[in-house]
Amino acid sequence: MNNSKIIIENLNLYYGDNHALKDVSMDIPEKHITAFIGPSGCGKSTFLKTLNRMNDLIDSVRIEGKVMLDRENIYAPGVDTTLLRKKIGMVFQQPNPFPMSIYDNVAYGPRIHGIKSKARLDEIVEKSLRGAAIFEETKDRMKKSALGLSGGQQQRLCIARALAVEPDVLLMDEPTSALDPISTLKIEELMTELKSNYTVAVVTHNMQQAARVSDFTAFFLVGEVVEFNSTDNVFSRPADKRTEDYITGRFG
Amino acid sequence: MSPRTIFIKEMKELSKNLKEMAGSVEETYERLFASLTDKNEEEVNEIAASEKMFGDMQRAIESQCLFLITKQQPIASDLRVVTATLKVVTDIERIGDHVVDMAELVLRLNMADLASYSGHLPTMIDAAKSMLHDAVEAFFGRDIKAAAIVVAADDVVDELFNKVKQDLLTFLKNEGKDEDECIDILMLAKYLEKIGDHAENIGHWEIFQETGNMKDARLL
Repeated sequence: MNNSKIIIENLNLYYGDNHALKDVSMDIPEKHITAFIGPSGCGKSTFLKTLNRMNDLIDSVRIEGKVMLDRENIYAPGVDTTLLRKKIGMVFQQPNPFPMSIYDNVAYGPRIHGIKSKARLDEIVEKSLRGAAIFEETKDRMKKSALGLSGGQQQRLCIARALAVEPDVLLMDEPTSALDPISTLKIEELMTELKSNYTVAVVTHNMQQAARVSDFTAFFLVGEVVEFNSTDNVFSRPADKRTEDYITGRFG
Repeated sequence: MSPRTIFIKEMKELSKNLKEMAGSVEETYERLFASLTDKNEEEVNEIAASEKMFGDMQRAIESQCLFLITKQQPIASDLRVVTATLKVVTDIERIGDHVVDMAELVLRLNMADLASYSGHLPTMIDAAKSMLHDAVEAFFGRDIKAAAIVVAADDVVDELFNKVKQDLLTFLKNEGKDEDECIDILMLAKYLEKIGDHAENIGHWEIFQETGNMKDARLL
Protein backbone atom coordinates (compact mmCIF):
# COMPACT_ATOMS: atom_id res chain seq x y z
CA MET A 1 0.00 0.00 0.00
CA ASN A 2 1.07 3.55 -0.66
CA ASN A 3 1.46 6.00 2.19
CA SER A 4 -0.89 8.93 1.90
CA LYS A 5 0.91 12.25 1.92
CA ILE A 6 -2.21 14.37 1.73
CA ILE A 7 -5.63 13.20 2.80
CA ILE A 8 -8.56 15.31 1.69
CA GLU A 9 -11.83 14.77 3.54
CA ASN A 10 -15.20 16.10 2.43
CA LEU A 11 -13.77 19.26 0.98
CA ASN A 12 -16.32 21.82 -0.17
CA LEU A 13 -15.38 25.15 -1.67
CA TYR A 14 -17.65 28.05 -2.50
CA TYR A 15 -16.90 31.15 -4.53
CA GLY A 16 -19.67 33.23 -3.03
CA ASP A 17 -22.79 31.25 -4.00
CA ASN A 18 -20.97 29.10 -6.50
CA HIS A 19 -20.36 25.65 -5.07
CA ALA A 20 -17.10 24.97 -6.91
CA LEU A 21 -15.87 21.83 -5.14
CA LYS A 22 -18.41 19.32 -3.92
CA ASP A 23 -17.52 16.95 -1.15
CA VAL A 24 -14.13 15.96 -2.50
CA SER A 25 -12.32 13.19 -0.65
CA MET A 26 -9.04 11.79 -1.86
CA ASP A 27 -5.78 10.30 -0.61
CA ILE A 28 -2.75 11.62 -2.46
CA PRO A 29 0.00 9.00 -2.20
CA GLU A 30 3.49 9.96 -1.16
CA LYS A 31 6.27 10.02 -3.76
CA HIS A 32 3.96 9.41 -6.66
CA ILE A 33 2.53 11.65 -9.32
CA THR A 34 -1.18 12.33 -9.13
CA ALA A 35 -2.84 14.04 -12.08
CA PHE A 36 -6.09 16.02 -12.02
CA ILE A 37 -7.92 16.09 -15.32
CA GLY A 38 -11.27 17.38 -16.47
CA PRO A 39 -12.85 19.98 -18.74
CA SER A 40 -12.38 23.71 -18.13
CA GLY A 41 -14.24 24.91 -15.09
CA CYS A 42 -14.45 21.46 -13.49
CA GLY A 43 -12.62 22.60 -10.37
CA LYS A 44 -9.30 20.82 -10.84
CA SER A 45 -7.14 23.96 -10.54
CA THR A 46 -9.25 25.24 -7.67
CA PHE A 47 -8.72 21.91 -5.98
CA LEU A 48 -4.95 22.04 -6.54
CA LYS A 49 -4.85 25.49 -4.96
CA THR A 50 -6.68 24.29 -1.85
CA LEU A 51 -3.71 22.01 -1.20
CA ASN A 52 -1.46 24.91 -0.21
CA ARG A 53 -4.19 27.40 0.64
CA MET A 54 -3.67 29.58 -2.39
CA ASN A 55 -7.42 30.21 -2.40
CA ASP A 56 -7.09 32.02 0.92
CA LEU A 57 -6.09 35.03 -1.10
CA ILE A 58 -9.54 35.30 -2.67
CA ASP A 59 -12.07 37.11 -0.46
CA SER A 60 -15.27 35.40 -1.54
CA VAL A 61 -13.92 31.88 -1.03
CA ARG A 62 -15.31 29.70 1.73
CA ILE A 63 -13.86 26.28 2.42
CA GLU A 64 -15.27 23.40 4.47
CA GLY A 65 -13.70 20.06 5.16
CA LYS A 66 -10.17 18.95 5.84
CA VAL A 67 -6.88 18.83 3.98
CA MET A 68 -4.45 16.78 6.03
CA LEU A 69 -0.77 17.05 5.21
CA ASP A 70 1.09 14.37 7.13
CA ARG A 71 -2.05 13.89 9.24
CA GLU A 72 -2.29 17.60 10.18
CA ASN A 73 -5.13 19.75 8.89
CA ILE A 74 -3.65 22.64 6.94
CA TYR A 75 -6.88 24.60 7.49
CA ALA A 76 -6.63 24.35 11.28
CA PRO A 77 -6.39 27.70 13.08
CA GLY A 78 -2.86 28.88 13.64
CA VAL A 79 -1.31 27.21 10.60
CA ASP A 80 1.47 29.42 9.22
CA THR A 81 0.85 29.57 5.47
CA THR A 82 4.44 30.65 4.77
CA LEU A 83 5.72 27.49 6.40
CA LEU A 84 2.96 25.50 4.71
CA ARG A 85 4.03 26.78 1.31
CA LYS A 86 7.63 25.92 2.13
CA LYS A 87 6.45 22.34 2.49
CA ILE A 88 4.18 22.51 -0.54
CA GLY A 89 5.81 24.27 -3.48
CA MET A 90 3.98 25.35 -6.57
CA VAL A 91 4.78 25.70 -10.26
CA PHE A 92 2.44 27.61 -12.53
CA GLN A 93 1.35 27.49 -16.14
CA GLN A 94 3.42 30.48 -17.26
CA PRO A 95 7.05 30.27 -16.22
CA ASN A 96 7.41 33.22 -13.84
CA PRO A 97 11.06 33.73 -12.93
CA PHE A 98 11.81 36.84 -10.93
CA PRO A 99 13.57 39.59 -12.89
CA MET A 100 16.91 38.81 -11.32
CA SER A 101 19.81 36.47 -11.93
CA ILE A 102 19.42 32.73 -12.26
CA TYR A 103 21.31 32.30 -9.01
CA ASP A 104 19.20 34.80 -7.11
CA ASN A 105 15.99 33.23 -8.36
CA VAL A 106 16.93 29.94 -6.76
CA ALA A 107 18.51 31.49 -3.65
CA TYR A 108 15.46 33.68 -3.06
CA GLY A 109 13.46 31.17 -1.02
CA PRO A 110 16.32 29.90 1.16
CA ARG A 111 17.34 33.53 1.89
CA ILE A 112 13.77 34.33 3.01
CA HIS A 113 13.93 31.35 5.31
CA GLY A 114 17.09 32.77 6.87
CA ILE A 115 20.00 31.10 5.12
CA LYS A 116 22.84 33.61 4.73
CA SER A 117 26.00 31.54 4.28
CA LYS A 118 27.36 31.94 0.75
CA ALA A 119 28.75 28.40 0.76
CA ARG A 120 25.42 26.98 1.92
CA LEU A 121 23.47 28.99 -0.67
CA ASP A 122 25.88 27.89 -3.43
CA GLU A 123 25.26 24.33 -2.40
CA ILE A 124 21.47 24.72 -2.37
CA VAL A 125 21.43 26.52 -5.72
CA GLU A 126 23.50 23.83 -7.42
CA LYS A 127 21.51 20.99 -5.86
CA SER A 128 18.21 22.59 -6.84
CA LEU A 129 19.31 23.33 -10.40
CA ARG A 130 20.56 19.76 -10.74
CA GLY A 131 17.31 18.49 -9.27
CA ALA A 132 15.43 20.41 -11.92
CA ALA A 133 17.72 19.14 -14.68
CA ILE A 134 18.92 22.59 -15.67
CA PHE A 135 22.29 22.90 -13.95
CA GLU A 136 24.38 22.02 -17.02
CA GLU A 137 22.60 24.67 -19.08
CA THR A 138 23.00 27.42 -16.48
CA LYS A 139 26.24 26.74 -14.62
CA ASP A 140 28.23 29.23 -16.74
CA ARG A 141 25.62 31.99 -16.60
CA MET A 142 24.47 32.00 -12.98
CA LYS A 143 24.77 35.76 -12.70
CA LYS A 144 22.87 36.43 -15.92
CA SER A 145 19.22 37.38 -15.90
CA ALA A 146 16.78 34.48 -15.71
CA LEU A 147 14.64 36.27 -18.27
CA GLY A 148 17.22 35.41 -20.94
CA LEU A 149 16.40 31.73 -20.67
CA SER A 150 14.03 29.97 -23.05
CA GLY A 151 10.49 29.21 -21.89
CA GLY A 152 11.31 25.59 -21.15
CA GLN A 153 14.46 26.57 -19.27
CA GLN A 154 12.54 29.20 -17.32
CA GLN A 155 10.00 26.59 -16.27
CA ARG A 156 12.75 24.24 -15.07
CA LEU A 157 14.29 27.20 -13.24
CA CYS A 158 10.93 27.76 -11.53
CA ILE A 159 10.94 24.11 -10.52
CA ALA A 160 14.50 24.56 -9.17
CA ARG A 161 13.28 27.62 -7.26
CA ALA A 162 10.48 25.55 -5.77
CA LEU A 163 12.91 22.76 -4.83
CA ALA A 164 15.34 25.19 -3.15
CA VAL A 165 13.23 25.41 0.01
CA GLU A 166 13.17 21.60 0.19
CA PRO A 167 9.43 21.03 -0.02
CA ASP A 168 7.74 17.66 0.42
CA VAL A 169 5.09 18.28 -2.17
CA LEU A 170 5.15 19.96 -5.57
CA LEU A 171 1.94 21.27 -7.04
CA MET A 172 2.03 21.91 -10.76
CA ASP A 173 -0.74 23.82 -12.48
CA GLU A 174 -0.55 23.01 -16.20
CA PRO A 175 3.24 23.26 -16.05
CA THR A 176 3.83 22.64 -19.75
CA SER A 177 0.87 24.24 -21.48
CA ALA A 178 2.98 27.26 -22.48
CA LEU A 179 5.91 25.15 -23.67
CA ASP A 180 6.95 23.59 -26.95
CA PRO A 181 6.83 19.76 -27.28
CA ILE A 182 10.52 19.13 -26.54
CA SER A 183 10.49 21.35 -23.45
CA THR A 184 7.29 19.59 -22.45
CA LEU A 185 8.95 16.19 -22.68
CA LYS A 186 11.90 17.47 -20.63
CA ILE A 187 9.56 18.64 -17.88
CA GLU A 188 7.74 15.31 -18.01
CA GLU A 189 11.03 13.42 -17.68
CA LEU A 190 11.93 15.68 -14.80
CA MET A 191 8.60 15.00 -13.10
CA THR A 192 9.21 11.27 -13.14
CA GLU A 193 12.66 11.86 -11.62
CA LEU A 194 11.21 14.17 -8.98
CA LYS A 195 8.78 11.61 -7.68
CA SER A 196 11.53 9.59 -6.06
CA ASN A 197 11.91 12.44 -3.58
CA TYR A 198 8.70 14.43 -3.78
CA THR A 199 4.98 13.97 -3.88
CA VAL A 200 3.75 15.59 -7.08
CA ALA A 201 0.23 16.72 -7.97
CA VAL A 202 -0.33 18.09 -11.44
CA VAL A 203 -3.26 19.68 -13.19
CA THR A 204 -3.12 19.10 -16.91
CA HIS A 205 -5.32 19.62 -19.91
CA ASN A 206 -3.13 17.26 -21.84
CA MET A 207 -4.57 13.83 -21.28
CA GLN A 208 -1.65 12.10 -22.93
CA GLN A 209 0.57 13.88 -20.44
CA ALA A 210 -1.51 12.60 -17.54
CA ALA A 211 -1.30 9.12 -19.06
CA ARG A 212 2.47 9.39 -19.61
CA VAL A 213 3.62 10.81 -16.31
CA SER A 214 1.12 10.12 -13.56
CA ASP A 215 0.62 7.11 -11.32
CA PHE A 216 -2.87 8.13 -10.26
CA THR A 217 -5.49 10.18 -12.00
CA ALA A 218 -8.54 12.00 -10.70
CA PHE A 219 -11.23 13.01 -13.16
CA PHE A 220 -13.16 16.11 -12.14
CA LEU A 221 -16.51 17.18 -13.51
CA VAL A 222 -18.51 20.20 -12.32
CA GLY A 223 -16.75 20.28 -8.97
CA GLU A 224 -16.96 16.58 -8.25
CA VAL A 225 -14.42 13.80 -8.44
CA VAL A 226 -16.09 11.34 -10.77
CA GLU A 227 -13.28 8.85 -10.64
CA PHE A 228 -9.96 8.51 -8.85
CA ASN A 229 -7.87 5.47 -9.62
CA SER A 230 -4.52 4.27 -10.90
CA THR A 231 -3.68 5.94 -14.19
CA ASP A 232 -3.46 2.50 -15.81
CA ASN A 233 -7.09 1.91 -14.95
CA VAL A 234 -8.39 5.36 -15.77
CA PHE A 235 -6.86 5.35 -19.24
CA SER A 236 -7.52 1.73 -20.16
CA ARG A 237 -10.90 0.96 -18.69
CA PRO A 238 -12.37 3.71 -16.59
CA ALA A 239 -15.14 2.66 -14.24
CA ASP A 240 -17.42 5.59 -14.98
CA LYS A 241 -19.01 6.20 -18.36
CA ARG A 242 -18.42 9.97 -17.99
CA THR A 243 -14.69 9.38 -17.54
CA GLU A 244 -14.63 7.15 -20.62
CA ASP A 245 -16.52 9.74 -22.65
CA TYR A 246 -14.17 12.50 -21.56
CA ILE A 247 -10.85 10.73 -22.09
CA THR A 248 -11.92 9.36 -25.46
CA GLY A 249 -12.95 12.85 -26.52
CA ARG A 250 -16.69 12.22 -26.71
CA PHE A 251 -17.26 15.48 -24.86
CA GLY A 252 -15.30 18.29 -23.24
CA MET B 1 -22.06 16.70 -30.70
CA SER B 2 -18.78 14.92 -30.07
CA PRO B 3 -15.70 17.02 -30.70
CA ARG B 4 -14.09 14.02 -32.40
CA THR B 5 -16.30 13.62 -35.45
CA ILE B 6 -13.38 12.88 -37.79
CA PHE B 7 -12.00 10.25 -35.47
CA ILE B 8 -15.39 8.62 -35.05
CA LYS B 9 -15.85 8.63 -38.81
CA GLU B 10 -12.46 6.96 -39.25
CA MET B 11 -13.29 4.33 -36.64
CA LYS B 12 -16.53 3.56 -38.48
CA GLU B 13 -14.64 3.33 -41.74
CA LEU B 14 -12.17 0.89 -40.17
CA SER B 15 -14.97 -1.30 -38.87
CA LYS B 16 -16.69 -1.20 -42.26
CA ASN B 17 -13.52 -2.32 -44.06
CA LEU B 18 -12.90 -5.18 -41.67
CA LYS B 19 -16.51 -6.25 -41.96
CA GLU B 20 -16.27 -6.22 -45.74
CA MET B 21 -13.15 -8.35 -45.62
CA ALA B 22 -14.79 -10.81 -43.23
CA GLY B 23 -17.85 -10.91 -45.47
CA SER B 24 -15.68 -11.59 -48.49
CA VAL B 25 -13.86 -14.47 -46.74
CA GLU B 26 -17.14 -15.95 -45.57
CA GLU B 27 -18.62 -15.68 -49.02
CA THR B 28 -15.56 -17.35 -50.59
CA TYR B 29 -15.83 -20.21 -48.10
CA GLU B 30 -19.47 -20.80 -49.01
CA ARG B 31 -18.77 -20.44 -52.72
CA LEU B 32 -16.00 -23.07 -52.56
CA PHE B 33 -18.20 -25.81 -51.20
CA ALA B 34 -21.21 -24.79 -53.29
CA SER B 35 -19.00 -24.97 -56.39
CA LEU B 36 -17.81 -28.39 -55.36
CA THR B 37 -21.40 -29.58 -55.04
CA ASP B 38 -22.23 -28.03 -58.42
CA LYS B 39 -19.02 -29.43 -59.95
CA ASN B 40 -18.15 -25.92 -61.07
CA GLU B 41 -14.37 -26.29 -61.51
CA GLU B 42 -13.95 -22.87 -63.07
CA GLU B 43 -15.27 -21.22 -59.93
CA VAL B 44 -12.91 -23.26 -57.72
CA ASN B 45 -10.01 -22.23 -59.96
CA GLU B 46 -10.96 -18.62 -59.42
CA ILE B 47 -11.02 -19.09 -55.66
CA ALA B 48 -7.63 -20.82 -55.75
CA ALA B 49 -6.23 -17.69 -57.37
CA SER B 50 -7.68 -15.17 -54.91
CA GLU B 51 -5.08 -15.37 -52.14
CA LYS B 52 -3.55 -11.98 -52.91
CA MET B 53 -6.88 -10.21 -52.54
CA PHE B 54 -7.16 -11.08 -48.83
CA GLY B 55 -3.54 -10.11 -48.25
CA ASP B 56 -4.13 -6.72 -49.84
CA MET B 57 -7.23 -6.15 -47.72
CA GLN B 58 -5.27 -7.10 -44.62
CA ARG B 59 -2.45 -4.65 -45.39
CA ALA B 60 -4.91 -1.82 -46.02
CA ILE B 61 -6.67 -2.41 -42.70
CA GLU B 62 -3.40 -2.76 -40.79
CA SER B 63 -2.20 0.51 -42.25
CA GLN B 64 -5.45 2.19 -41.30
CA CYS B 65 -5.06 0.96 -37.71
CA LEU B 66 -1.47 2.19 -37.49
CA PHE B 67 -2.35 5.62 -38.86
CA LEU B 68 -5.26 5.88 -36.43
CA ILE B 69 -2.90 5.08 -33.56
CA THR B 70 -0.32 7.56 -34.85
CA LYS B 71 -2.64 10.44 -35.55
CA GLN B 72 -5.56 10.01 -33.18
CA GLN B 73 -3.98 8.22 -30.21
CA PRO B 74 -7.07 6.24 -29.30
CA ILE B 75 -7.39 5.21 -25.66
CA ALA B 76 -9.61 3.08 -23.44
CA SER B 77 -12.45 1.44 -25.41
CA ASP B 78 -11.25 3.04 -28.67
CA LEU B 79 -7.80 1.53 -28.24
CA ARG B 80 -9.32 -1.87 -27.53
CA VAL B 81 -11.28 -1.68 -30.78
CA VAL B 82 -8.24 -0.67 -32.84
CA THR B 83 -5.98 -3.32 -31.30
CA ALA B 84 -8.66 -6.01 -31.59
CA THR B 85 -9.05 -5.06 -35.25
CA LEU B 86 -5.32 -5.32 -35.76
CA LYS B 87 -5.38 -8.85 -34.36
CA VAL B 88 -8.64 -10.04 -35.92
CA VAL B 89 -7.59 -8.93 -39.38
CA THR B 90 -4.78 -11.51 -39.18
CA ASP B 91 -7.20 -14.26 -38.18
CA ILE B 92 -9.54 -13.34 -41.00
CA GLU B 93 -6.69 -13.28 -43.50
CA ARG B 94 -5.52 -16.71 -42.29
CA ILE B 95 -9.03 -18.07 -42.75
CA GLY B 96 -9.06 -16.63 -46.27
CA ASP B 97 -5.73 -18.32 -46.96
CA HIS B 98 -7.04 -21.65 -45.71
CA VAL B 99 -10.08 -21.35 -47.99
CA VAL B 100 -7.70 -20.80 -50.91
CA ASP B 101 -5.58 -23.77 -49.75
CA MET B 102 -8.70 -25.93 -49.62
CA ALA B 103 -9.64 -24.81 -53.13
CA GLU B 104 -6.25 -26.08 -54.33
CA LEU B 105 -6.81 -29.41 -52.59
CA VAL B 106 -10.29 -29.70 -54.10
CA LEU B 107 -8.75 -29.25 -57.54
CA ARG B 108 -6.05 -31.80 -56.79
CA LEU B 109 -8.77 -34.22 -55.72
CA ASN B 110 -10.47 -33.66 -59.09
CA MET B 111 -13.59 -32.22 -57.48
CA ALA B 112 -14.21 -35.55 -55.73
CA ASP B 113 -17.17 -35.96 -53.41
CA LEU B 114 -15.71 -35.38 -49.96
CA ALA B 115 -18.42 -37.36 -48.20
CA SER B 116 -17.24 -40.52 -49.94
CA TYR B 117 -14.07 -40.37 -47.81
CA SER B 118 -15.65 -39.35 -44.53
CA GLY B 119 -19.29 -38.95 -43.62
CA HIS B 120 -18.24 -36.45 -40.95
CA LEU B 121 -16.61 -34.08 -43.41
CA PRO B 122 -19.79 -32.31 -44.59
CA THR B 123 -20.76 -31.83 -40.93
CA MET B 124 -17.33 -30.39 -40.22
CA ILE B 125 -17.59 -28.03 -43.20
CA ASP B 126 -20.91 -26.75 -41.84
CA ALA B 127 -19.63 -26.51 -38.26
CA ALA B 128 -16.55 -24.47 -39.22
CA LYS B 129 -18.67 -22.26 -41.45
CA SER B 130 -21.13 -21.58 -38.62
CA MET B 131 -18.27 -20.84 -36.26
CA LEU B 132 -16.81 -18.34 -38.67
CA HIS B 133 -20.16 -16.71 -39.26
CA ASP B 134 -21.04 -16.54 -35.57
CA ALA B 135 -17.59 -15.19 -34.64
CA VAL B 136 -17.87 -12.39 -37.17
CA GLU B 137 -21.41 -11.59 -36.02
CA ALA B 138 -20.31 -11.53 -32.37
CA PHE B 139 -17.33 -9.30 -33.13
CA PHE B 140 -19.23 -6.69 -35.10
CA GLY B 141 -22.40 -6.98 -32.98
CA ARG B 142 -20.21 -6.40 -29.89
CA ASP B 143 -21.93 -9.42 -28.36
CA ILE B 144 -19.79 -10.86 -25.59
CA LYS B 145 -22.22 -13.72 -24.86
CA ALA B 146 -22.28 -14.84 -28.48
CA ALA B 147 -18.48 -14.65 -28.48
CA ALA B 148 -18.30 -17.01 -25.52
CA ILE B 149 -20.51 -19.49 -27.40
CA VAL B 150 -18.20 -19.34 -30.43
CA VAL B 151 -15.18 -19.96 -28.22
CA ALA B 152 -16.85 -23.06 -26.78
CA ALA B 153 -17.88 -24.29 -30.24
CA ASP B 154 -14.27 -24.91 -31.20
CA ASP B 155 -14.33 -28.18 -29.24
CA VAL B 156 -17.02 -29.44 -31.61
CA VAL B 157 -14.87 -28.73 -34.67
CA ASP B 158 -11.82 -30.31 -32.99
CA GLU B 159 -13.87 -33.40 -32.21
CA LEU B 160 -15.09 -33.59 -35.81
CA PHE B 161 -11.49 -33.42 -37.00
CA ASN B 162 -10.68 -36.51 -34.92
CA LYS B 163 -13.70 -38.28 -36.36
CA VAL B 164 -12.69 -37.44 -39.93
CA LYS B 165 -9.19 -38.69 -39.17
CA GLN B 166 -10.65 -41.94 -37.82
CA ASP B 167 -12.89 -42.28 -40.89
CA LEU B 168 -9.85 -41.85 -43.15
CA LEU B 169 -7.87 -44.49 -41.26
CA THR B 170 -10.76 -46.90 -41.57
CA PHE B 171 -11.11 -46.02 -45.24
CA LEU B 172 -7.41 -46.65 -45.83
CA LYS B 173 -7.44 -49.98 -44.00
CA ASN B 174 -10.53 -51.24 -45.79
CA GLU B 175 -9.85 -49.94 -49.25
CA GLY B 176 -6.06 -50.05 -49.08
CA LYS B 177 -5.70 -47.47 -51.81
CA ASP B 178 -6.03 -43.73 -52.50
CA GLU B 179 -3.35 -42.87 -49.95
CA ASP B 180 -2.58 -39.57 -51.69
CA GLU B 181 -6.21 -38.57 -51.70
CA CYS B 182 -6.58 -39.50 -48.07
CA ILE B 183 -3.66 -37.29 -47.13
CA ASP B 184 -5.18 -34.43 -49.11
CA ILE B 185 -8.52 -34.95 -47.40
CA LEU B 186 -6.78 -34.99 -44.02
CA MET B 187 -5.08 -31.71 -44.90
CA LEU B 188 -8.39 -30.23 -45.93
CA ALA B 189 -9.86 -31.29 -42.59
CA LYS B 190 -6.87 -29.75 -40.85
CA TYR B 191 -7.55 -26.44 -42.62
CA LEU B 192 -11.15 -26.60 -41.41
CA GLU B 193 -9.91 -27.27 -37.93
CA LYS B 194 -7.56 -24.27 -38.19
CA ILE B 195 -10.45 -22.12 -39.40
CA GLY B 196 -12.26 -23.13 -36.21
CA ASP B 197 -9.23 -22.00 -34.20
CA HIS B 198 -9.13 -18.62 -35.94
CA ALA B 199 -12.88 -18.17 -35.42
CA GLU B 200 -12.30 -18.95 -31.76
CA ASN B 201 -9.64 -16.22 -31.71
CA ILE B 202 -12.11 -13.75 -33.17
CA GLY B 203 -14.44 -14.67 -30.31
CA HIS B 204 -11.66 -14.01 -27.80
CA TRP B 205 -10.91 -10.64 -29.39
CA GLU B 206 -14.55 -9.66 -29.13
CA ILE B 207 -14.38 -10.43 -25.40
CA PHE B 208 -11.18 -8.35 -25.25
CA GLN B 209 -12.92 -5.47 -27.01
CA GLU B 210 -15.45 -5.32 -24.20
CA THR B 211 -13.29 -6.17 -21.21
CA GLY B 212 -9.61 -5.67 -22.00
CA ASN B 213 -9.12 -9.33 -21.06
CA MET B 214 -7.73 -12.14 -23.17
CA LYS B 215 -8.50 -15.62 -21.84
CA ASP B 216 -8.92 -14.18 -18.32
CA ALA B 217 -5.60 -12.32 -18.38
CA ARG B 218 -5.84 -8.58 -18.36
CA LEU B 219 -4.10 -7.09 -21.37
CA LEU B 220 -5.33 -3.51 -21.13
